[in-house]
Amino acid sequence: MKYAARRALRAVVLLFGVSVLCFLFTEMAPGSFFDEMRLNPQISPETISGLRARYGLDQPLLVRYSRWLTSVVNGDLGFSVAYNSPVAPLLWSRALNTLLLTTTAMLLTWLMGVPLGVWSAAYRGRWLDRVVEAGNSLLISIPEIVIALALLALAVRSRVVPIGGMISIGHEDLSGAGKVNDILRHLLLPTAILVLAGIAIVIRHVRASVVEVLDAPFVRAGRGLGIGRTRLLFRHVLPVAASPAISLFGFSIASLLSGSLLVEIITGWPGLGPLLLDATLARDVYLVIGGIIVSAVFMIAGNFIADLMLLVADPRIGTGGLNEE
Amino acid sequence: METLALVNRLSVAYLLEGDHPVRALNQTSLEIRPGEMVGILGESGSGKSTLAVAFLRLLPANAQYENGSIRFRGRDLLILPEAELRRIRGAEIALIPQDPTLALNPVKQVGCQIAEVLRAHVPIGAKERAARVEELLGELGFDHPRQVSHAYPHQLSGGQRQRVVIAQAMACRPRLVIADEPTSKLDASIQAATLSLMREIGQRHGMAFVVISHDPTVLAGFVDRVAVMYAGCIVEEGPTEEIFRRPLHPYTQALVRLCARYMPNTGTRSRFPAIDGEPPDLTGLDVGCRFASRCPERMQVCTERATEETTHDSSRRVSCFKYGN
Amino acid sequence: METDRSASTPERQPLLRVRGLGKSYRRKGAGWARTDVIVAASEVEFEIFAGQTLALVGSSGSGKSTVARCVTRLEKPDVGHVWLQGADIAHLGFSDLRPFRHELQMVFQDPATSMNPRFTAAEIIEEPLIIQRPGDKSAHRVRAKELMQEVGVSPQWANRPAMEFSGGQRQRLAIARALALKPKLLVLDEALSGLDLSTEAQIANLLLDLQASHSLAYLLISHDLALVARLADMIAVMAHGRIVEQGPVAQVMANAGHSETRALVASARVAQANLAALGAAL
Repeated sequence: MKYAARRALRAVVLLFGVSVLCFLFTEMAPGSFFDEMRLNPQISPETISGLRARYGLDQPLLVRYSRWLTSVVNGDLGFSVAYNSPVAPLLWSRALNTLLLTTTAMLLTWLMGVPLGVWSAAYRGRWLDRVVEAGNSLLISIPEIVIALALLALAVRSRVVPIGGMISIGHEDLSGAGKVNDILRHLLLPTAILVLAGIAIVIRHVRASVVEVLDAPFVRAGRGLGIGRTRLLFRHVLPVAASPAISLFGFSIASLLSGSLLVEIITGWPGLGPLLLDATLARDVYLVIGGIIVSAVFMIAGNFIADLMLLVADPRIGTGGLNEE
Repeated sequence: METLALVNRLSVAYLLEGDHPVRALNQTSLEIRPGEMVGILGESGSGKSTLAVAFLRLLPANAQYENGSIRFRGRDLLILPEAELRRIRGAEIALIPQDPTLALNPVKQVGCQIAEVLRAHVPIGAKERAARVEELLGELGFDHPRQVSHAYPHQLSGGQRQRVVIAQAMACRPRLVIADEPTSKLDASIQAATLSLMREIGQRHGMAFVVISHDPTVLAGFVDRVAVMYAGCIVEEGPTEEIFRRPLHPYTQALVRLCARYMPNTGTRSRFPAIDGEPPDLTGLDVGCRFASRCPERMQVCTERATEETTHDSSRRVSCFKYGN
Repeated sequence: METDRSASTPERQPLLRVRGLGKSYRRKGAGWARTDVIVAASEVEFEIFAGQTLALVGSSGSGKSTVARCVTRLEKPDVGHVWLQGADIAHLGFSDLRPFRHELQMVFQDPATSMNPRFTAAEIIEEPLIIQRPGDKSAHRVRAKELMQEVGVSPQWANRPAMEFSGGQRQRLAIARALALKPKLLVLDEALSGLDLSTEAQIANLLLDLQASHSLAYLLISHDLALVARLADMIAVMAHGRIVEQGPVAQVMANAGHSETRALVASARVAQANLAALGAAL
């Protein structure tokens, strides 16, 4: 318990630090939204400074930061000068789309990857292992963008799945079930890309740690006591081998909001990635900061969840067992 | 008295890549009767651990059973299908592994680990299992069985862990218990107590014991018969008292002499009565007695052909050219 | 083979003198417990003279390994003095310790983990020489082979990796490595534990021979009283981080005062009783 509390405190402090840093960095980046306007001779300097004052961009740094921090904590992430709308709702809807994509992909990756990793380890050297390992090597060596483009090309040729976007034209007119179906069909391509790009690492990690544990004396002792092979594998070996995989899982959760930028852009999935890209290019300060904060929250929450999962999986952590003799 | 287990001229070799096979067991024969306590005395390279593990057919993949058989209650363990063997392991023959710390799953409570053995062999419900586990822990001298059953291995002392491992082995009241160096990882102060606890429980339930040790004094107070192993062969066998009082084989004589180091001396620095030479090289293809190079009573014939076993006084066997041949 | 272990004469200064040695560890407590402070050693005092063997005995957790590590400065003691030939090394910094390291060397319990299994025998023995005097490669190689000869491992095998040697041979190599810098004092931390009886006997005899030929002093850490009786001159019994009894071996074992000493003597007697009951032909 105390361990969890300490970790939670660390998470909060980290969050705070991140907010300060990203606020500073965005402020330090050259250029501002108004630079383009300044180049336009028709807009007077007074207008510009008036606009700046309106958006509070002429106040000293510390004031801006504290005002911003207070409003963030109250749920108000500021105002986007580019979209001329509050940041929070903009981020929210896009973030949900991204989450839909990445969560589905993550679940599929892990639901398939863990058993494959475990079975590869249990039958190492045999045909299952060799086939899986060959596939892994292939997938790991192909960059994500190439996988994306390859699958895109395949989709275009075969016309099996819709390409691009999250919904079809005329989505509004579909029934409830029809809407879900429509989204799911659009989900297929980007999810497939993410799964193919990510599953090899999961399988490798799981396989490696299971192999290591399989050689442990307690596994042989278990066999010697007549415990069945499958049970031994999943109820005895996996919990011990889980720790490195859990850390990886933590990374997966952490990158739920940030890991799909490339795929979203290529498949036109309306997620957080493309939004933030545009915002950064347009120097839309508050939108960028808001996006980074939201991603950071996810990253830190993800790691914290992983810490908690590790605590559950390995009782030695909470009870000081790892410091013994 | 009928035989419980009979190892008949068993030979086991380990195949190593590129090198000569290592013959860990060479025509080893041993008989065990119900309820008997047999000790196997041998040093590194004697094949004692291979023999223990061979009983349960848990040798690594590169081990080859060259010939011979292990009959247990009338069936040859070496030709049984794996499923049959799994039923025997833990239920009829149990192995107490050498290092209790490594033999236990670090992330599971010890009660759970003992229950696993019951679960694999005895058709009773979870509640009954928990009750049996507590009963077993009580039998093994724990004052608070319930508390202990919820502990993790790292929360227990070395001696306690050893008792947990013994509980696992005895959970299903096997006919034969093989203990591999049961006290080598324990403090001197609790070695004797652990051994007598084992013997007491064993005798109460009519279990036969095979105790493997490199330490003659462990066997001296504990077993009825001793088989002395060297380089994969049993070189001498007989009642414990006879082996220590009138050892026949030169190796046994040397081992017993080594025990002088345990006896009180004048408290001055004194040399140890050592045996010349190095432990046996098991890849050797030399003909003749394996102990010949280190034997103070070596004769010409010892290097010319393999020794044959002779019976002595009806209760003893010895493989040495000094006796017969 | 008897050796004289009479008490120190006033003119003879001890090779190693330890006073008031203490070391504690902090350990994260379980659950809500605050960090535990474990006192591993406290107020430890003893002396070792040149050519003498002092045994530090106790059950596991008694603090004897902690003391060994503090004396060799693998760890820094919290309090106390460790005078090595008059110089206090207890609280010196890492680089200041350098000149003292060759006076004092350590042999560890498990030869499988105390040396890199892929290093060849010669490389293992040369390493301390290379660290202290880099550059003199061929001379180091010659010395390494000499040392191998001395500890009873054939110099022909100088280029064999350590993992191809048996446990006993590896322990001999560990001793050779410890002797490379011609130390005056060897700390043997359970160096004979876990060995087969015959290997133990050989290594013990080797240690006795080396002690005579090089006038070595030994600090022997062990839980085995019978072993200690045959190898040591003086004995210090530890329990819960403190020395509870100290003196010449024969005296302490005959008139065991403290309960811990009596417990150790009793355990040792079990083996003796078993052997005697059988009428063993010793």
